[in-house]
Amino acid sequence: MKTISLRRMVRNQRGTITAIKVAGDLGRRIRDMGLVTGTEITVQGRAPLNDPVALRIRGNTLTLRNNEADYIEVEVEDEDKI
Amino acid sequence: MEKITLALAGNPNAGKTTLFNALTGARQHVGNYPGVTVERKEGEYQSGDFNALVVDLPGTYSLTAYSEEEVVAREFLANEKPAVVINIIDAANLERNLYLTCQLLELKIPLVVALNMMDVAKDRGMEIDVEKLSAFLGVPVLPIVARSSRGLDELMAAAKDMAEGCLQPPDPVKVKISYGEDIDQTLLTMTGLIRDNSLLKGKYPSRWIAVKMVENDEALLKEVNEVSPELGIRLQHEAEMVAEHLMKTFETYPEAVIADHRYGFIKGILKRGIITHRYDENRLYTSDRIDKVLTNRFAGPLIMLAVLFSIYQITFSLSALPVSGVEAVFGWLAGLVDSGLGDGPLKSMLISGVIDGVGGVLGFVPLIMLMFLCIAVLEDSGYLARVAFMMDRIFRVFGLHGSSVMAFIVSGGIAGGCAVPGVMATRTLRSPRERMATLLTVPFMNCGAKLPIMALLIGAFFAEHQALYMFGFTLLSWVVALVAAKLLRLTVLRGAPTPFVMELPPYRFPTFKGLMIHTWERTWQYIKKAGTVILAISILLWAMMTYPGLSPEKEAVFAEERAGITELYDAGSETGEKLLKEVGNRQGAAALRNSIAGRIGVAMENVTWLSGFEWRTNIALLGGFAAKEVVVSTLGIAYSMGEADPEEVGSLGQRLARDAAWSPLVALSALLFMAFYAPCFVTVVCIAREAGSWKWAFFSIAYSTTFAFILSTGVYQVGRMIGF
Repeated sequence: MKTISLRRMVRNQRGTITAIKVAGDLGRRIRDMGLVTGTEITVQGRAPLNDPVALRIRGNTLTLRNNEADYIEVEVEDEDKI
Repeated sequence: MEKITLALAGNPNAGKTTLFNALTGARQHVGNYPGVTVERKEGEYQSGDFNALVVDLPGTYSLTAYSEEEVVAREFLANEKPAVVINIIDAANLERNLYLTCQLLELKIPLVVALNMMDVAKDRGMEIDVEKLSAFLGVPVLPIVARSSRGLDELMAAAKDMAEGCLQPPDPVKVKISYGEDIDQTLLTMTGLIRDNSLLKGKYPSRWIAVKMVENDEALLKEVNEVSPELGIRLQHEAEMVAEHLMKTFETYPEAVIADHRYGFIKGILKRGIITHRYDENRLYTSDRIDKVLTNRFAGPLIMLAVLFSIYQITFSLSALPVSGVEAVFGWLAGLVDSGLGDGPLKSMLISGVIDGVGGVLGFVPLIMLMFLCIAVLEDSGYLARVAFMMDRIFRVFGLHGSSVMAFIVSGGIAGGCAVPGVMATRTLRSPRERMATLLTVPFMNCGAKLPIMALLIGAFFAEHQALYMFGFTLLSWVVALVAAKLLRLTVLRGAPTPFVMELPPYRFPTFKGLMIHTWERTWQYIKKAGTVILAISILLWAMMTYPGLSPEKEAVFAEERAGITELYDAGSETGEKLLKEVGNRQGAAALRNSIAGRIGVAMENVTWLSGFEWRTNIALLGGFAAKEVVVSTLGIAYSMGEADPEEVGSLGQRLARDAAWSPLVALSALLFMAFYAPCFVTVVCIAREAGSWKWAFFSIAYSTTFAFILSTGVYQVGRMIGF
């Protein structure tokens, strides 16, 4: 297991949010939408220009920009195990 | 029983509007909350002796002060104290929907939870124990399917009981959510202080105030500091202490801890056998399979282009017939007045001021209806969120939002659109600064009314490259609009981008009723609000181009000329008629030059010589403020050609090409000015409505005209320097 930024996750990769390092409007919005520590997410895909990214969270889909994903740290399986 | 107020609260996409429509039918009223652009929707519900005013609160995910919508919802609940609040939640997305429910519980308001989309949840293999959920939350929970109106009677029966006080409102002790030792301790101290000083008593519960202050909620901090600055400082001090402590020990913010605990509370409830999944929670549903195609890297953009193009086609081609119908009716009316009344100012005002003005307003109605219908389909089906998802990367560069694309396309991103529905299409944007930037730049697009002027000038001066110039101006309008948006976002609309984070809701079939209500209420708003202002401006513009009339001496000169012609030629002879018409045209031109607009046009030559325009062009451009196609007909009058038909500009074009005041360089300068100067006043009125203030409407006129003038002057002066 290791911790990476959400931006660096690839399609279909799974992980658990370990930290959201932003306060203010953006932090609040991220949490209001259900992205809090301990939440399990899967990268569902990316927009045609690679940004924004779409996430699968508890059976529903959320999308956020890459520069917003930067603030979210996710614990993922090591790549060689995927 | 007297009429009570019932509020609907819930997440966007939870089915709130569907429930609202099902409860109120067509008995709805849409307005705005004072000072903000958030829509306020109200309707009547009646069943037996239960009579309620239903208020549809804006859809929110939370009750922080993140957006105008959230502040509006919160203020409404606190100030108007509805007798009962129905919180509609999506059964298939329970965890996140309950986040708002938690906050409503803390507000201690009489709450009834409507668990919507039970059918979808069932299809997904989810079983929800409604009774258990109700027991844990301490409020009634009623399963419903809003789309097919299932369970509404039971829901309203519970709402009635709650409103009448037969049911207990949520018990704050039972649902007191713990925020961890540190924060709980601080909350205890703060709640004590708040209670002892009766701070905002009767408006908010004291513990709720404490929670919000720890969350560092700006709107509430401001409110507290207004009523009691000293207490505010003490409370803020407590909040800062715990914030500092959390940062030191856990490297986190109080708001984050509070959110974590709320979700923890929800998870805790759901874990206790309320929800059982028959399938893997993350398995892909039909909607996700559709998404695999519709947001595919290659197919996605192509399909999106096709969809946007077809909206454009539907809006503008299907509306052609009703629009010409409306025009025909008003043409007939004008004919009626023409033959029924004697010549004079009243007749002229009725035809050119009132009938043209009202006709102008109503002429847009078919366009607006179709556009709102298309948008409603895209919005209700969930596709609009995908458009934003796919386009965001491009539009973000210019400080806009992925959803801005709709407004740009409708306004004339494909030549021939219209800025009026384009401006109204910005309603789908949730981010305030991005929305304002879109609102102020869509009028730069190549709308249909600019096309006749382009056809005239390009046909007269650049005939050999007609298609190239037309296409070039469409491209240029995109560049100008996007660059202008970027500049606005760096100056007057400066600020960090609004967070993009949003849902991609599952695809759904829009309901017929929903589409109809949606389309009609917005169209009606346009007719009602825009109609009155537009009529007034239209009469004003007519007066400016009519008064003062020619002096009696000058009238006499033309009359003499006419008499001379009738003396020389028999009535009905071809040459005679032609000469008479010519005199009439010259008289028209003289009258226009003498009018207020004409005098302004002449006076403006002092400035406009810089970009190569003489007074005739100035008057025409002034007239273009009424509607851009008027530029052509006014040019016709000014050049003594009679009212030129915008569809048939050949002879006027030849006249301009021969005129010494015109040259290809002047034509280019005029084209550029005309493409980018002030939007027509129907658009301006709509901008004022959408922006919520006239300030922005005037700003729009001023900045676009300044920009257009600088651009055309630059081109004209540089062109002259290099010898054109």
